[in-house]
Amino acid sequence: MKNLPILFSGIFFALATSWCGLILSANLQYGALQPVAVDEGDPLYPQAISGLAAQGRQVYLQMGCINCHTQQIRPDGVGADIARGWGKRGTVPRDYILQDRVLLGSLRNGPDLADVGDRNLNTHNHFLHLYDARLVTPDSNMPPFKFLFRTQKIGDEPAPHALKFPDGSPDMPPAGYEVVPTERALALMEYLHSLKIDYELPEAKFAPAATPAKP
Amino acid sequence: MIPFASLLASVDPRPDPRLSERARLSQIDASMRGPAVLFVVTALAWLAAATVLGLIASIKLHAPYFLSGTEFLTYGRLAPACANLLVYGWGCNVAFAVGLWIMARLCETQVKHLGMLYVAGGVWNFGVFWGVAAIVLGGSTSVEWLEMPAGVGPVLGSSYLLIALWVILCFQYRQAGPVYVSQWYLLAAFCWFPWIYFVGEMMTLWAPARGTVQALADGWFVQNALGLWFTPVGLAAIYYCLPKVLGRPIRHYYLAPLGFLVLALFSPWTGARNLIYGPVPVWIQTVSIAASVVLVVTMVVTAINFHLTAWAGRRDVWESPTLRFVVFGAVAFTLSAVIGVVTALRSVNVVTHFTQFAVGQGVNGLYAFFTMAMFGVIYFMLPRLLEREWPSRLLIQWHFWGTGAGVVLMLAALYIGGWNQGMLMNDATVPFIAVVRQLVPVNELRTLALASMAVGLVAFCLHVVLMLVGALISASRAVLVKNGILREGSVG
Repeated sequence: MKNLPILFSGIFFALATSWCGLILSANLQYGALQPVAVDEGDPLYPQAISGLAAQGRQVYLQMGCINCHTQQIRPDGVGADIARGWGKRGTVPRDYILQDRVLLGSLRNGPDLADVGDRNLNTHNHFLHLYDARLVTPDSNMPPFKFLFRTQKIGDEPAPHALKFPDGSPDMPPAGYEVVPTERALALMEYLHSLKIDYELPEAKFAPAATPAKP
Repeated sequence: MIPFASLLASVDPRPDPRLSERARLSQIDASMRGPAVLFVVTALAWLAAATVLGLIASIKLHAPYFLSGTEFLTYGRLAPACANLLVYGWGCNVAFAVGLWIMARLCETQVKHLGMLYVAGGVWNFGVFWGVAAIVLGGSTSVEWLEMPAGVGPVLGSSYLLIALWVILCFQYRQAGPVYVSQWYLLAAFCWFPWIYFVGEMMTLWAPARGTVQALADGWFVQNALGLWFTPVGLAAIYYCLPKVLGRPIRHYYLAPLGFLVLALFSPWTGARNLIYGPVPVWIQTVSIAASVVLVVTMVVTAINFHLTAWAGRRDVWESPTLRFVVFGAVAFTLSAVIGVVTALRSVNVVTHFTQFAVGQGVNGLYAFFTMAMFGVIYFMLPRLLEREWPSRLLIQWHFWGTGAGVVLMLAALYIGGWNQGMLMNDATVPFIAVVRQLVPVNELRTLALASMAVGLVAFCLHVVLMLVGALISASRAVLVKNGILREGSVG
């Protein structure tokens, strides 16, 4: 107690044991998990996402989506994650092994997105939702991301993802113009569609009561 | 050894032993004046910036079109920018000022080589500015409380070491005698933080661990930054100010070391308590829950120490601005600790997890406890550093009532609204959008509360500015008098 080095070691030791106990041992236990197949010959899961989706994940980071959306489904019977159709099973450590940055999140101002790509979302509505969520869900408080879209002159034919606004919408572009997603919005959409827990793992089977995914 | 002798003498921070105790303390205060004032002023500037960003972010939650034209002001950037300003801008800077000052006073040692502290302080604040600017410009890493780009890590880390070195040097050269519990807490906190930060940065940004081990490392970092950095600094401040201002000892002081030991041994094990039911092994969650429950000991010990002492001197508590804030912080710590224990239990956590209730816990720990306690210490510290009294009672009242009412309102809104949110969210028959709708009044109350806290902060910042301007005027007057340009006592 009189001696600084001994005191310093004690203080360090208290912290170091918890690091070894919680994090190092976790790393030893499951830090080397690999993709697996449920039955021999089946495809291995989880699978890597495409290059465009990986770019979309950068947009997800840039925009701070994690501040309102989690990417973790609690197991069947815990809360209502599965009953709400946010996924068919709880997520387990192996689901995340291929993500270079794990985006579990800790707040749900909006719904969980771990399995959003598996919800049969209409891509156009999803773009519209991103442009201004209230066009699709009137009481949403999601920020409008209009700066991820641009207005351009309609070419020979309308662009594939040109937004179709409801009649009389103030966002309607002038005649001869259309609102289209920028590269960032396209990448983000690709990323959202890549978020799928639509496979089983040996340690994680679909919950028996899982309701079919809601649109 | 001879070449080192002069170096050793130059860092030896012990004051001239021939002076009386009072003179020694004021010599220590004088040695700290520059850096302590610098850290307090920068801390307050960051807190003001965080309040503005927090206010905008809060408005956006119930009025999504507010300032929605530009991507730099989207909620997803303002929220982490605000959190990082609170943690690294306000919290760390004020912890440097208060930690150094209390440690120097309790050890009766001076701080020397101020140039080093100024440089370190400048580098630290440059790092904060860089990191927050990067978040607003779209460079957030999306790792909670480590959102600043990886490059900021070495900047903050190296400047931190230069600052913390003085806390350790002060302790090493302390006057003989029993070590007070505030010294324990401060020494430990300043030794812990660099390791916590290093592990957090390494395992999430520089050499990311695989899969959810990363999330564990981040959770461990956030829990420890609160539990082993802000909490001990806040507790040290309360343990220092209460008996000092009241002029009576801490009641049942013999318990205090127990509170410290339990915090030191068990708080770091709570690292996974934000991942309960998450994709990490169940045994890790259980260990963290168990450790959270053991922390009840620290809660009880500090509650006995603080509340019995404050109760015994309750008339003085109300009269002293320092104690009003410090006791507010002490009560908030007890509340925060109780809620921390209860929400670690799985059956409660399943409701509060992911909701505004969890946000409320953050506000409780970081603002209602830590920030209020720091305000209290600043009320005690600045008059001694600058050798002047606070000029205005009215501004103190505005500060206390604005901030106090705001914090209470915010906690009430987030705890009640967040609990309700959790109950609705766990009921699959309630559509998700109904949960969002239920939160609108909660978010509006939060904006109102933040506005009230902003009023309090403006009063406080104004008061600090008045104090500094007064100190500058009298200092320059003293110089003029000394040089014979001005006569003593003349006006002008």
